[in-house]
Amino acid sequence: MKDVTNLSLSLVTPPAFRLNTGQKLGLTTAVLGVVLLLLALFGVHFPSPGAFLALSLGLMAAGGVWYARAAYDHDPAGIRNNGVWHRNLTARGAFAWGLGIVLTALYILLYWFPQYLGLGQDGAANTGLIALFDPLCMALEGNAASQWFVYGTLYTVAILVMGYKFIRKYRNNRYQVIRTISVMFFQLGFAFLLPEILLGLNKPYNDFKNMWPLNYYFFEGWHIKELIGNGTLGLFMLVWGVLMILLISPVLTWFYGKRWYCSWVCGCGGLAETAGDPFRHLSDKRVKAWRIERWMIHGVLVFATAMTIAVLYGVLDQAKGAYLITKAHLVWGVTGIFVLLAAFLFLRPKYFKNLAPVAKWIALGVAALLLVFLWTAYLKGSSRVFFMNPEPLRKWYGFLIGSAFSGVIGVGFYPLMGSRVWCRFGCPMAAILGIQQKFLSRFRIITNGGQCISCGNCSAYCEMGIDVRAYAQKGQDVVRASCVGCGICAAVCPRGVLRLENSAADVSERAGELRALRISESGVTVVR
Amino acid sequence: MRIAIIGNGISGITAARTIRKRSNADIVVISAETDYFFSRTALMYVYMGHLRFEDTQPYEPWFWEKNRIELLRNWVDRVDFANKSIQFATGKMAYDKLILAAGSKSNRFGWPGQDLRRVSGLYSCQDLEKMESYSHDLRHAVIVGGGLIGIEMAEMFRSRGIGVTFLVREAGYWDMVLPPEESEMVGRHIREHGIDLRLNAELREIVDDGQGRACAVITNSGERIDCQYVGLTAGVSPNVDFLRETDLEIGKGILVNEFLETNIPDVYAIGDCAQLREPRPGRKPIEAVWYTGRMMGETVAYTLTGRKTAYDPGVWFNSAKFLDIEYQVYGEVPVQPGEGQAALYWEHPDGKRSIRIVYEQASGAVIGFNLMGVRFRHEVCDRWIRTKTPVEEVLQNLGAANFDPEFYRQFESALVDVYNRQSGKSVTLKKRRGMRL
Repeated sequence: MKDVTNLSLSLVTPPAFRLNTGQKLGLTTAVLGVVLLLLALFGVHFPSPGAFLALSLGLMAAGGVWYARAAYDHDPAGIRNNGVWHRNLTARGAFAWGLGIVLTALYILLYWFPQYLGLGQDGAANTGLIALFDPLCMALEGNAASQWFVYGTLYTVAILVMGYKFIRKYRNNRYQVIRTISVMFFQLGFAFLLPEILLGLNKPYNDFKNMWPLNYYFFEGWHIKELIGNGTLGLFMLVWGVLMILLISPVLTWFYGKRWYCSWVCGCGGLAETAGDPFRHLSDKRVKAWRIERWMIHGVLVFATAMTIAVLYGVLDQAKGAYLITKAHLVWGVTGIFVLLAAFLFLRPKYFKNLAPVAKWIALGVAALLLVFLWTAYLKGSSRVFFMNPEPLRKWYGFLIGSAFSGVIGVGFYPLMGSRVWCRFGCPMAAILGIQQKFLSRFRIITNGGQCISCGNCSAYCEMGIDVRAYAQKGQDVVRASCVGCGICAAVCPRGVLRLENSAADVSERAGELRALRISESGVTVVR
Repeated sequence: MRIAIIGNGISGITAARTIRKRSNADIVVISAETDYFFSRTALMYVYMGHLRFEDTQPYEPWFWEKNRIELLRNWVDRVDFANKSIQFATGKMAYDKLILAAGSKSNRFGWPGQDLRRVSGLYSCQDLEKMESYSHDLRHAVIVGGGLIGIEMAEMFRSRGIGVTFLVREAGYWDMVLPPEESEMVGRHIREHGIDLRLNAELREIVDDGQGRACAVITNSGERIDCQYVGLTAGVSPNVDFLRETDLEIGKGILVNEFLETNIPDVYAIGDCAQLREPRPGRKPIEAVWYTGRMMGETVAYTLTGRKTAYDPGVWFNSAKFLDIEYQVYGEVPVQPGEGQAALYWEHPDGKRSIRIVYEQASGAVIGFNLMGVRFRHEVCDRWIRTKTPVEEVLQNLGAANFDPEFYRQFESALVDVYNRQSGKSVTLKKRRGMRL
């Protein structure tokens, strides 16, 4: 028998799955915009950088819009993933590898070799690509551009243009349209414009929607100093940042699940949902991948927590009482939070029915270990929590997690491993929100009685690699730490089986008992 | 004890899994079609490039070994019921209990040319491979038979830009099941997708191109339509030919009682290939759908593991997707309301969404829901029908049945308005979406 599993590897892509003329023209227009950037990168000096940047961004935007309209508008509204597994770019073909390599290389330049992008060294003026962005940066914040300004601008353009494409594709689904407008708004307003305007007013850079531990430098000495040195506004930013992680995000996650952040607000999520949408099906759905995911993401969370504690301890040790908060406050505060969490775990077991005992003991063990280190340092009067200078810890975290994982692998590997590699395996913020979502949230995906036909579209298009079908075909609620609530499973389901829902009705029973087609004494019924 | 199951579709596999949950018996599942269980309803998505074939398999390969369900890839020639032995081309296998879950085959009504190359149905994995192999130079296809598989096949070809002529014998698409408004809605939508829908059109013959391949069809009006492929999708019938001329009693399908037992002891039949001797009132003896196959699989597993259980399919439900329009049905929705029945129908101005509720005029009890482009909750509709809830109570609480995604517009009040106009009453909607009953 011929091997049907290899249909997608047939040498010839069926003609209908190739691009139509409008798509080709749109793509060409967008590529022209990219070519202008490449010319700048390779040293072509444009007479009027501002005009050429505008031309380049304009071409990319116009090309993207053109492409999207050509791709979707001539068909009736409806989600069609036609040819996704036949097209070279979206089926891990040569184009996908090429794109992956180019993206990865760009991230490596961005993080570690910005001089090759044209960043002026030792006070010299910018050249190349970065110089092209100088006029825009000057207009917004009054400075010459940095590699981060270039990156932020292109990132925002990508979310806006690909967000438009996403909206055209999913236009029959209001949840998707509204959610995408939200990520576009938060990227443009909160991640790009507002921080730039703050810089222009000589205020500290601040992305109000970003929070520790995604924003892992929040508690570092230079950042705290910068905020404290900036009067009421700086203080507000400091208090806001602490409130975000301790109060605002748990409350919002209780009501809406982690989706309020991960697929509605977050910048990483925003790029994954828009530019990453063509690659969402590439996430690994195997149980094995899930096992790796749990170790990795929680490992990063422990790393981030330990690093932050050590760094903050060092900062407060050096401050010697100059701040309102002292070393003693930190030690007691951290101890208090851990004890409270542990107490909650034991005193409210109804929320933790789905927690494996081994996971519980590992979590308690790690927390205890961190406390032992912290108290040892405190009681000995040492300035080092883990018997070491926090600086290398901080540096390695920034290098391994902050740069290599979230950027290089997180985006560079979109075309090979799907759009949520970072969010699924590495993001410590996602880890915290995920723990809250699994045990302390009203959010879940419910299944519609016995209507599932096990087709597998939900699992295939889950960017987080959740095997949604495994739940749906049993009629079981999906309650998973990693679910970002993008709603695509419910959108692509051909039988209308899945629904995202916030309900307090049975919040401690979620996913406990199967809601499945089962046989009772009275016959076959749908039981709850 | 060795339980042999012929067929690795949803019925056979559900039986195997449920038996394993309840017993330690040896389980062997035999199939000539594929190594692993896959979702038959998802074959279309492989052709359209939404899924890889392995994505249609709900369980990873290690699952079967872990759960000690032996999978045997082989073709069953015949079954020797007297000696409890399954005969393959090479060798044979003994069993203690046998579950027949052999599924269906596509109907062919003796049309001239039906056995030519470039003619096939769409049921098995091999059918899909055939379609794929004919597709590279396919410009136009003719599909014969206006049911659920026909429209799926049309969608598949359209996804690759292949022209489709869709011959439907009836005066409206699937109009022996769908009421006229819904049938018309789907018909409009089919044409919107660029499919050449021909109603009242039948196949007379398939034309040979001289090399044993189909090159055109002739319809009942004598028209010749050139094509490079003919899809035969005029329904399916039980796949039981390999069991004929044995002691097994067979009608159209394998005859079974309410415990899914055949006339031969220790032999059971489930799914598409089974024919109930006494179906429940209002139900058909053969219901070749995914859901009944799954329920039969669970039921027979209980009986085989010491808890004799009668097959009770509960309130009828089904679902499909006509191109972009989702369809759900709960309970009984006749094409025209029967004696003493009334129907309430609302259709959105865009002509792609509708809600229909059928109820008894005298008692007001609801008996069926038909939804197009709107999702309703299975549990809620099922309960309303089982408890014979009066239509006015249903209308007041209609939001409880709404299963559409968040932020979707809600149409319950529009349906209530229709009812009030029809009846002259003033029922008001009390419950909106998202509030559980």
